[in-house]
Amino acid sequence: MAMRGPRRRAPLFLKRGSYRKRRLRDAARMLPVVGAFLFAMPMLWAHEGTAGDGLYIFAVWLCLVLAAAAMAPGLGSEIGAGEAEGEGSGPRGPGEG
Amino acid sequence: MPFNLLVLTCLAYVAVLFLVAFLAERRAAMGRIGWLRSPMIYTLSLSIYCTAWTFYGAVGYAARSGLEFVTIYLGPTLVFVGWWLLLRKLVRIGRQQRVTSIADLISSRFGKSNLLGVLVTLLAVVAATPYIALQLQSVTLSFGVFASGTPEGWALPNRDATAVWVAGGLALFTILFGTRNLDAKEQHHGVVLAIAVEAVVKLVALLAVGVFVVWGLGGGPIAVYDRIAASSIGMWEVQPGRWTGLIFVSAAAVICLPRMFQVMVVEDGDERHMARASWAFPLYLLLMSLFIVPIAVIGLERLPAGSNPDMFVLTLPLSEGQGALAMLAFLGGFSSATSMVIVESIALATMVSNHVVMPLWLKLRPKAAVSGDVRRIVILSRRFAIVAVLTLGYAYYRLSGGSAALAAIGLIAFVGVAQVLPVLLGGLYWRGATKVGAVAGLMTGLAVWAFTLYLPSFGPGAVLSAGVFSDGLGGVGWLRPQALFGVEGMDPLLHALFWSLVLNTAAFCLFSLLTFPGPVERMQGLVFVNVFDSETGGPQGWARGRAEPEALLTMAQRILGDENALAVFAAEARAQGKDGYLPDATPDFVAGLERRLAGSVGAATAHAMISQIVGRATVSVEDLMAVANETAQIMEYSAQLETQREELTRTARQLREANEKLTQLSVQKDAFLSQISHELRTPMTSIRAFSEILTEGDLPPEMVANYGRIIHEEAIRLTRLLDDLLDLSVLENGSVQLNIGVANVQQILDRALAAARHTRAERDFLIIRDLPAENIFVRTDADRLVQVFINLISNARKYCDAASPELKITVRQRAGRVSVDFIDNGSGIPKQQQGIIFEKFARLTDQTRAGGAGLGLAICREVMAKLGGSVAYLPGQGGAAFRVVLPLRLDRKAA
Repeated sequence: MAMRGPRRRAPLFLKRGSYRKRRLRDAARMLPVVGAFLFAMPMLWAHEGTAGDGLYIFAVWLCLVLAAAAMAPGLGSEIGAGEAEGEGSGPRGPGEG
Repeated sequence: MPFNLLVLTCLAYVAVLFLVAFLAERRAAMGRIGWLRSPMIYTLSLSIYCTAWTFYGAVGYAARSGLEFVTIYLGPTLVFVGWWLLLRKLVRIGRQQRVTSIADLISSRFGKSNLLGVLVTLLAVVAATPYIALQLQSVTLSFGVFASGTPEGWALPNRDATAVWVAGGLALFTILFGTRNLDAKEQHHGVVLAIAVEAVVKLVALLAVGVFVVWGLGGGPIAVYDRIAASSIGMWEVQPGRWTGLIFVSAAAVICLPRMFQVMVVEDGDERHMARASWAFPLYLLLMSLFIVPIAVIGLERLPAGSNPDMFVLTLPLSEGQGALAMLAFLGGFSSATSMVIVESIALATMVSNHVVMPLWLKLRPKAAVSGDVRRIVILSRRFAIVAVLTLGYAYYRLSGGSAALAAIGLIAFVGVAQVLPVLLGGLYWRGATKVGAVAGLMTGLAVWAFTLYLPSFGPGAVLSAGVFSDGLGGVGWLRPQALFGVEGMDPLLHALFWSLVLNTAAFCLFSLLTFPGPVERMQGLVFVNVFDSETGGPQGWARGRAEPEALLTMAQRILGDENALAVFAAEARAQGKDGYLPDATPDFVAGLERRLAGSVGAATAHAMISQIVGRATVSVEDLMAVANETAQIMEYSAQLETQREELTRTARQLREANEKLTQLSVQKDAFLSQISHELRTPMTSIRAFSEILTEGDLPPEMVANYGRIIHEEAIRLTRLLDDLLDLSVLENGSVQLNIGVANVQQILDRALAAARHTRAERDFLIIRDLPAENIFVRTDADRLVQVFINLISNARKYCDAASPELKITVRQRAGRVSVDFIDNGSGIPKQQQGIIFEKFARLTDQTRAGGAGLGLAICREVMAKLGGSVAYLPGQGGAAFRVVLPLRLDRKAA
């Protein structure tokens, strides 16, 4: 439609700092997928029993918490500052208007 | 333990909560919010996810189904560690749009549709009712445990009476702290702090019981591990369907539950707090779940067969004689139940008042938006809604008989609220999602959920007859509530979850694809989906100048309160550069005011109220297009401006260059004038001097002849100078007469070289020529061309500063034009002076002042222009180089 104007073009390559931030966001997006996969593992096992499965589940759980805790400061700090560059890499909604 | 002591402890605990809430409210009222809004409090307030269902029910769940209970906490864990994907967007939208509830969010996204608000409210109320019943039941049960488990043998006066008392007390607390004020944004600092305190109490209580069980009764972690493996639930196996299904439904619930939405988005929606909660809340869940299985296993071992596993948290310490620990556990359970009921009823009351009561009231009394006391109506309706919600919960508790296992009731509610998920996700990520699609999806989901899970939960014969269960609705076999479309043998919960979400999503997508969204819907869709693009302000729906600021102020005062509304208006007036309290009702201001009002009464109601004053309920598609066109025009205009700006820059640069040239020329002209006066003066001086001597007479004849010759030579020099000047002015005036004929370039060059030989004849010049190439006949004015060639050759002779000077003459013929290059091996002409050498009076150096006064090249240029050609300096040839280009045949007309 007529709304197609000179859009701010995102740079193709980034400096090291910005690059790391992008990858941190990617990691934040992947974390729940990794978690879901690991939590699904007990379904594939031969019989382990409550005790063994429980130990595994809680270990994975703790690792997820630690991973999220490690990433949270980096992600939280860029909410205020780096938000302007926004979701340049994310998929956009179907164009209409 | 005496019953009175229990009741007293309970009352004291409640009193502390009241005090905490009261102090927090007072502190907030004094503006000292500080740590009341911190990531810590935020995370703790999220813990209302863990209700009495977790506190009591999880142990019972573990005793029945082993590790499966943990799925209820794994789903939220995944959602929170993946907060960057969904929750961040949800919180951002909630803050930007001042969303008051999940119903408000859905309603606002789909064009501020009140129908959707009502639907989500209905769904939330229906789903929350069993959940609230569950809390009442657990508190009643826990009272019962103390009643039956004590040697005094005091009997609980009446189970129902306990439930009534609990419900009444909760209603009082909620009304006192949940509907104290109608904030611009729904924030209840008192309530939030109270549930944060309760969060700590329930965590400490459960951990205390867990530590007591593991180290006090079980003999340490390793021994407990072995006991678990050896216990009756030790051989538990994962059921893949239920495992994944429950993880999914709990993940959906933590997003869609009205109370979770209330604390997560509405009360304190801040992305930075969310960053902390992303790991702290999963950690809280982890700690809450840590000792569930040990408690269940030890409870099964030690307590008599047939005792209710849902109450192990209480009965285990009691049976071991740990009264104080049991008391703590009781308070933990009490906390879990009360905090959930308080927040849930606030959330539901907000929905009911904003999406059911207010629209109805506005419809019944349209004038009331401006004149009536809206605040009182809203608060009153919320108070009634709180009472109504709790009454409904109590009624469900009575109806269901309080017998069903806690976990089962909780899961029914979870599947119910999960029906909002497709619409919510679609609304947040798909601009094509429409209101009709959302309504269709929600209605389908609600109907399927009610038919397959909710109504059957009352048992065969209660709402649905036994016949419906066995033969299907109306005797149609594939409409059996627990075997829809002939899908049999599935777990009833999974069956309901599967079909309700599949049909819900299908209806939502299908109707979204087939329908066309309204303008407000499309605007909101853009704003929601692209919430992180700062540019997407989108067109504002309100027309300029139609609203009377005074009427707007009156209405805003009715909702925000006098002081708040005046402050908002005054701030806007200041921003517009006006004095007083009445700003212009610009579209921006009206839209901002609408959002502010939406923070109190919901998007749909605020929209309806504003449109009563502004006089237009919606924007039309044409308006949207017009705005889009306007935007396009502005963009085009700015593009034009950009072009013009570039052009201006270019012109300015050209002007600057021209100015530089002019300045340079002016300097040169001055130099020339002094030069030419000198040139004229020198011969005139000698002519005058010698003629004076001659006039005096008696001179020898040879001296007379000598003086006469000098006078003659000087006169010739003068004449030549004047001839040059005359020649140039004639050429420039265009009145020159050309004598056109056929001539040979070689002959012309011969003539020119012969004539130029006299210039600095003492220097030995090497002339390099290619005679055959010069044999070209041209039709031109040969005399004028010779004049040009002589000039160029004598220039070379004059100015070439090489030790053994050379001049190379190259003649080429190409495309009807002849080019003649004159290249010497001197140092050439510096770049900055190449531009002015063809100007009149230009003279690069004074090193040799033989002859000309800087007119030669100017004359050459004029001559060549007359001959239809050009002469130009040829840079980069290793010396001074000039190229003369002339046409092979000069038309007389062009002359």
